[in-house]
Order: sequence, then structure tokens, then C-alpha cells
Amino acid sequence: MVNDSSSLIGSRPNPPAVRPVIAGAPAAAKPAAKPAPASDIIVDISHVDFFYGATQALHDISLQIEARQVTAFIGPSGCGKSTLLRCLNRMNDLIEGTRLAQGSIRIHDVDIHQRDVDVIELRKRVGMVFQKSNPFPKSIYENITYGLTLQGVRDRSRLDEVVERSLRGAALWDEVKDRLHESGLGLSGGQQQRLCIARAIAVEPEIILMDEPCSALDPVATAKVEELIQQLRSRYTIIIVTHNMQQAARCSDRTAFFYLGKLIEYADTREIFTAPSNPQTEAYVSGRFG
Amino acid sequence: MTLAPVQSPAVPDARRAGPHAFARRSAPGRKWETFIFWTFRLAAYLILMAGATVLLNIVIKGSRTVFQPTAPFINIPFFTQAPESLYVFEWNGTKQEMGDREFRAFKEANPAAADVKAESYVYSAGGIFPAIVGTVLLVVGSMSIALLLGVSAAIYLSEYSKDSRFIRFLRLAILNLAGVPSIVFGLFGFGMFVIFFGWNVSLLAGWFTLAFMVLPVVITASEESLRSVPKGFREGSLALGATKWQTIRTNVFPYALPGILTSSILGIARVAGETAPIMFTAAFVMRDKLPWEGLERASDFFFQGVMALPYHIYVVSSKIPQNDYSERVQYGTAFVFLLIVALIASASIVFRNRLRKRYTW
Repeated sequence: MVNDSSSLIGSRPNPPAVRPVIAGAPAAAKPAAKPAPASDIIVDISHVDFFYGATQALHDISLQIEARQVTAFIGPSGCGKSTLLRCLNRMNDLIEGTRLAQGSIRIHDVDIHQRDVDVIELRKRVGMVFQKSNPFPKSIYENITYGLTLQGVRDRSRLDEVVERSLRGAALWDEVKDRLHESGLGLSGGQQQRLCIARAIAVEPEIILMDEPCSALDPVATAKVEELIQQLRSRYTIIIVTHNMQQAARCSDRTAFFYLGKLIEYADTREIFTAPSNPQTEAYVSGRFG
Repeated sequence: MTLAPVQSPAVPDARRAGPHAFARRSAPGRKWETFIFWTFRLAAYLILMAGATVLLNIVIKGSRTVFQPTAPFINIPFFTQAPESLYVFEWNGTKQEMGDREFRAFKEANPAAADVKAESYVYSAGGIFPAIVGTVLLVVGSMSIALLLGVSAAIYLSEYSKDSRFIRFLRLAILNLAGVPSIVFGLFGFGMFVIFFGWNVSLLAGWFTLAFMVLPVVITASEESLRSVPKGFREGSLALGATKWQTIRTNVFPYALPGILTSSILGIARVAGETAPIMFTAAFVMRDKLPWEGLERASDFFFQGVMALPYHIYVVSSKIPQNDYSERVQYGTAFVFLLIVALIASASIVFRNRLRKRYTW
């Protein structure tokens, strides 16, 4: 097990975390039980080799991600799952010496590593939530409106509306509506992470990348974020990297298992956790290694 | 099963019996510890004493010039007038001390005094107003240039530059610049700005010379505080579709500002205090006209030389005959100088603390 919270959740006989408690939340059936809809491919990764300097981090990765589904990337540390995630909004560009040596990543059939792709536009469409919650040391309101004000939105009423909609969308509105102008850093860890999610959905992305969003949270806060993911899946395509296999099992539709930079198995979550076709996958999900 | 009767704890016995596991060390060991402790303590106290002596000396001797026993208790002319020669002479059996202008008026009013024999002491009367103005102008101008250039360079180095051999060389060059003696900066400024650019002895030449002198400190400290801004803020901002410059402007630079100001406070003290860089580039021994007085064009302001406090202290302490009258000016000037540096520095500290309160994480 990777961290305490995961083992805590894992020790529950029947993980209750995903049951929506908020009235009016979309009645999320057990995600794995839901049949995959007719394919609506939004992200098409094909034959990707990725390098950090001379070190190859990804070997010939090909997978297709469907729209409005939750896709989980699992695998032991250093297996390349975060690297692949950060390729999808080109956050890896920030790291010196990284390169996509081969293959392509197409979003809406556009190769995002093409020369004429505007990274800024890409990142507006592909939002990201980080492992360590990183609200800016500004007010909650300013945190949410950050992306929009940079795009030049000045209209106060529109900003107010976006703040409320985003905070409601991130199931945070009721907790913070009376202190929108206080610092976002005054919130608890779980609230901060939901604030980051609210901030990401404020710019109306289509895809939300989540890089181990719960690894620094306690089980209760984790449950809230997972519940939120269930609410968001009807509107956004969510790709979540997690160390926590129970989390993947609880909240994803499809799961990809990575090991040493290779994609070992990619299938419906239920299949991965109940009847994996690859022995390595089986060893990992049953806790025999990793 | 019977329990053994609980004996009274063994510790008291051991204490009586002799050294136990935690017994105090033997006397020589303890003495050594005490010796070491006192050596360090004395070293620290010695430094405090040295500092206090210097400060008290200046404050006590300086306050004799700056304050006076009669109302308004502060020697206002010392703050508002230009230096003058002091004339000391005997008149009707009493000793008179008068500044240049006062003495001339006195002679006009009393024709009999026209050929009175007076001893004159240069710069020992009047005040130091032009020097105060000059120092404030030099500090404000050079710090503006240093911050503008230094922060820009620091942003480039910390946010934009890739780690290459050239950049490493650049950093090394900046660090080395910090070790260059200030007189060398003075000579550089003289050759570059005064002679080559033809700016003559002027505010502008002094600003750039002083700015170049503090640049290494400003750059190094600014880069440090930019780097200490967590990476998460940059990533969070970029992931929301902000451009690099938007990210730096709204989400990196504001948080680094308190640290940058801390370094500039040190810079202020240095810029205000250095004599060597300005003696060839900006400072006049004596100039009672203020830099904005009697200009043909407004832009001429930048090409006026000024008086400056540290240079004035240097002049009155080493370039004129020493006596009780000149000592008054020396210590008075030094005291005012300390006050002004303290004032500018504390203003920046207040500003910095206010910023720091706004941006903490």
C-alpha cells in the first residue's frame, strides 16, 4: 500500500465512499457496472515514446480515452503514469530535456505536439488538478476567477456567476460562500483540493487531468473528492492518476495499468480488478507487489 | 504465583552508593565546557560592545550639534541651510561665532567691525541641507535603476533561462561583481559615464555607478526569492491557460517581492553609505545650489552634481583643518546620516511586512 489513507479505505469491507450523499447528485451507479457507451474517443494516444534526457520514461504507449468517462492510470511509482498524464496538457514542456520521441497524442483528432498548437489554448481545454493542492495565496474568489480574468473577463456579474457555479460544481459552495474573500489557504486540505478542482472547472475545460488528487488527504476528504468526481463525470472527461487501487476501483470506468513505462493492460475497471488478463496486473491489483 | 514484594526503587540507593549512569562529569571536563561557553559568549558580547560604542559615540557627540538646550530644541538651521565658513572673533569683550552671511551683515551694520580680526573655519557653520537632498536623490535614483535592472535580470535567470554553460558563467560573473571594491566601481563610473558618455560629475553618473555596485546583491537575492516561490503556483497557473509572463506577473513576482525588498534594504544602506563610487562621479565638495535650482531645461536636472552626506563627512573630517568647530559638523553630519538611513530602511521594512502579511503560504 502506498499511503495511510489508502490502506485505511482499503480495510473497509465494502467501500462506501462513492455513494453520493448530496441530494440531487446524479445517481451514480457503481461505475464499473455501467456499460461503456458507444465509443466517443476524445484522446487518442498512439505509440508514444517519451524521454527525460536520455532516460526513456514511456515505451510505445497506445490507448484511447473516451469522452465523459473516468479513466484511471494505476501502477507503482515511476511507472510513467504521471508522465503520460502530464503529456496530455504538455506540462512536461516545463521540464528541461523532455521530448516526445515518437508517436502522437491526438485530442479531438488534433496532434497536440504539432508545431502550430497553442499550448495556452490546449491548457484551457485540458485542465489539471495536482497532487499537492496548490491554491494561490489569494482569496477564494480570486482563485476561481484567476483563469478568466487572465482571459480578459472583467464583467463582475459574470465572474460572480462563475464563482458560484464552479464552487457548486466542486461541492464547496455551502462551505465557503460566506468567506469568498478570505484567503484560499485558510481552507482545510480537502477543501483546498476541491478549490483547485473548482478553479479548474471555472475555465470550462473538456478534460480534467487529476494527478493523485487525494494522496495528501485523509479518508473523509478523499471520500468527498471521489464523490465530486462522480458528479463531474457527466460533464467532463476525467483522467485520474492514482496510487490507490481502491480509489481506481471505486471511481473509474476504465483503468490502465502501467509498469516500468509500459502499458500492461487497459480495460474496463471491473475487468482489471476482477479478471485481469495479464498476470502482472493480477499481481499488482491483488497487492502482491508494488 | 506470588508476586515478589515491590522493593523501593533502586535509584536512591545508587545515588548514595556513587556515580550512576547519569552522573555529572568530572570537574576538568566541566571546566572545559564552561570555558568554551564563555569564549563564545564573550565574542558575541564584544561585537555588541564595539557596535554600541561606535553608535553611542556618534549619537552623543552628534546630538550636541543636532539638538540644542533652548526652544525649538532642534538645531533647525543645521537641517535647512548650506554649509558656510564660521567666523570667530572678539567684539566688545565677548567671543562671537557667526556664519559667513551673518558675519557680513554684521560688518555692514557695524562699520567699526570692518577690520575686526576674525578666525575663519571652513564649512563649520550653516547646515547640511544640500548633502541631505543629494543623498536622498542618490539613494532613490540608484535603487530604482538597480531594482529595475536587477529584478529583470533575476526574472530572466530564474524563470526563463535554461541551464547552460553560458548562464552558469553569467551567474559566476554576477557573483564576482559583488566582490569588486567600491573604489573600482567609482573609477569605472568615472571612465564610463563621466568621461566617455560625457555626463560630467552628475546625478545620472552617480545613479548608474551606485546601481551597478548594488546590482549583484539585488540580482542574487531576487533570484533567490523568486526560486523560493513554490513550483505549484507556477504549474497551477500555467495549467489554467496562463501565459508564462501572466504567470510570473500575477503568481510568482508578487510573492517574491518581500524577499526582493529585504535585499534592497541592505542595498539602500550600502548605496547611501558608500563614498568611493560617488567621489568621482556625482559628489561635490561644496555646492549650495540644489540640483533643481537655476536650470535652463528640466532635463538638466540629471546632469547636476550634488553634495552627499558620506562625502561631506569625508571632507569635513579629513580635508579641512581639524578643530572643535569642525568636529561638531563631523558628528552632527554622521548622526543625521544614520538617522536618514534608518528612516529609509524602516520605511521599506514596514512596506515589506505589509506585503508579507498579504502573501504567505
